[in-house]
Amino acid sequence: MAGVALENWKEMIRDPKIECMSRDEMTALQSERLVKQVKNVYEHVEFYRKKMDEMGVEPGDIKGIEDIGKLPFTTKEDLRDHYPFGLLAVPQEKIVRVQGTSGTTGKLTLASYTQKDVEVWGECVARGLAMAGLTAGDRIHICYGYGLFTGGLGLDFGAQALGAMAIPMSAGNTKRQLMCMEDFGATAFACTPSYAVYLAEAAQEAGIVDRLQLKASINGAEPWTDEMRKKIESILHINTFDIYGLCEITGPGVAMDCIHHKGLHVHEDYFYPEILNPADQTPCADGETGELVFTTLAKEGMPLIRYRTKDLTSIDHTACECGRTLPRIQKFTGRTDDMKVIRGVNVFPTQVEAALLSMGGGVAPHYLMIVDRENNLDVLTVMVEVDEKYFSDEIRKLDELKNRVGAVLKQALGVSVRVKLVEPKTIQRSEGKAKRVIDNRVL
Amino acid sequence: MNHTIQQLSVFLENREGRLDDVLDVLAKNDVNIVALSLADTSDYGMLRMIVSDPQKGRASLKDAGITAMLTDVVALRVPHATGSLSKAMHQIVEGRVNIEYMYAFANGSDAAAVLKSDDPLKVVDILKGSGFDVYSADEAYRANQ
Repeated sequence: MAGVALENWKEMIRDPKIECMSRDEMTALQSERLVKQVKNVYEHVEFYRKKMDEMGVEPGDIKGIEDIGKLPFTTKEDLRDHYPFGLLAVPQEKIVRVQGTSGTTGKLTLASYTQKDVEVWGECVARGLAMAGLTAGDRIHICYGYGLFTGGLGLDFGAQALGAMAIPMSAGNTKRQLMCMEDFGATAFACTPSYAVYLAEAAQEAGIVDRLQLKASINGAEPWTDEMRKKIESILHINTFDIYGLCEITGPGVAMDCIHHKGLHVHEDYFYPEILNPADQTPCADGETGELVFTTLAKEGMPLIRYRTKDLTSIDHTACECGRTLPRIQKFTGRTDDMKVIRGVNVFPTQVEAALLSMGGGVAPHYLMIVDRENNLDVLTVMVEVDEKYFSDEIRKLDELKNRVGAVLKQALGVSVRVKLVEPKTIQRSEGKAKRVIDNRVL
Repeated sequence: MNHTIQQLSVFLENREGRLDDVLDVLAKNDVNIVALSLADTSDYGMLRMIVSDPQKGRASLKDAGITAMLTDVVALRVPHATGSLSKAMHQIVEGRVNIEYMYAFANGSDAAAVLKSDDPLKVVDILKGSGFDVYSADEAYRANQ
């Protein structure tokens, strides 16, 4: 099996009624769901009731999706303040699952799902898998991590909804991944784009590409370039697809790109996207870059109203060549904060600082994070100043310190870190916001 | 008399011109380098020196924004005879002291082995007790002059 050229592509649409709905019908559906959701959160979530009361907005003021601008925003900080279960709209016994991701201060950002939420999530991923040309007959090798991270389970739920075979490999052990990929005859695989490149190269090196039955890969959770796409496609002879999501909203499957690769189709019947000017939060026109903000129109467990993703992108509501009318968000151009996605893991500079401070000496809380991409894998280097008091002229002691810093940072961030000790007082201090991150990746 | 001597140690980031900066500061402040050793790792280097005036060396480097520290070491007098260093080392090993690192320099008719250990005073005792001589600070700082 192999990838399909665009001219021979046969588009499969899992839910044409929704995915190809006219704008008017979609607006009506979204309006109906929003009105219901606002009433729901006002009644069941104290945080939203207080916020709306403060703003003088009543559920009755929201008559349709056009009124969404009257509603309060939700931020990651709000999630942190109500961690872990403060934003539930249902009794806790209705929650069947939690998933999480790194938060700004080392605490997790936690999302809670009801059974229906999990089903909707699976359905959205299944739409994406269909977008990638996959059907119930396919075997999907999932090498995203399984656990609190939404990647592995999200794809798994999608495969299940589609009726395809899920191969829950989780991450790591490339040799074993390739062996199973070959032995089980996987027809598609899902992982971060950087790991996909790595796998592709490993398969090529092992000389097994011709023995694989792959036709597609689904890659997301971190930004990637067209060069990476071309590399994966040309080595493995497959089609690749970009998947987007965030655990606060549901996980992977919030949006996905089709074979035309002209932006990622947002499942706007469930996740209503707004693009807002970062300066004053007024709506941006199609094509204008702003902050992506989501409202979960039908979520039960932890519904979020106008959740600020801090991702910068633009949106296109015109119908796509694939036939879908679901709007497309473009490749992210950056963030409104200094979060970095490193090998699929969200990393905030404040986490580095908190981890260094937690060591209680040895290193100063002055640091510089440098993100590079070597052989298509993200590498995070953290330059840390040695505390003068702990300074030693013995390399063994400095190495011990370096290893200790590395272990503490790995524990705190969830990604391995290269530590570089530098002289005291050599990292630039600045009056205002210090430059803490240098990202050398070309994304 | 104090038989340990002070070594000037400088942490050097692997950056262009860093070693040059250090040597330049010492030269401008009239601090003479008697001996030096430069250990390198993939990330940084450690410059260890016996200088004419360690206190002044450290102060002038500090003024120039370079981190330096003083470390107590022992300079063993090693006669130019085969096996001298080996004999001294046997004594230290028997005395159960760990040597962290060592470097040597020639000084006229004999040589000096600079030893860094976890217990410099004990090293002096062991060496003197087994017939070896160690340099006094004055002698070491003015070696070869």
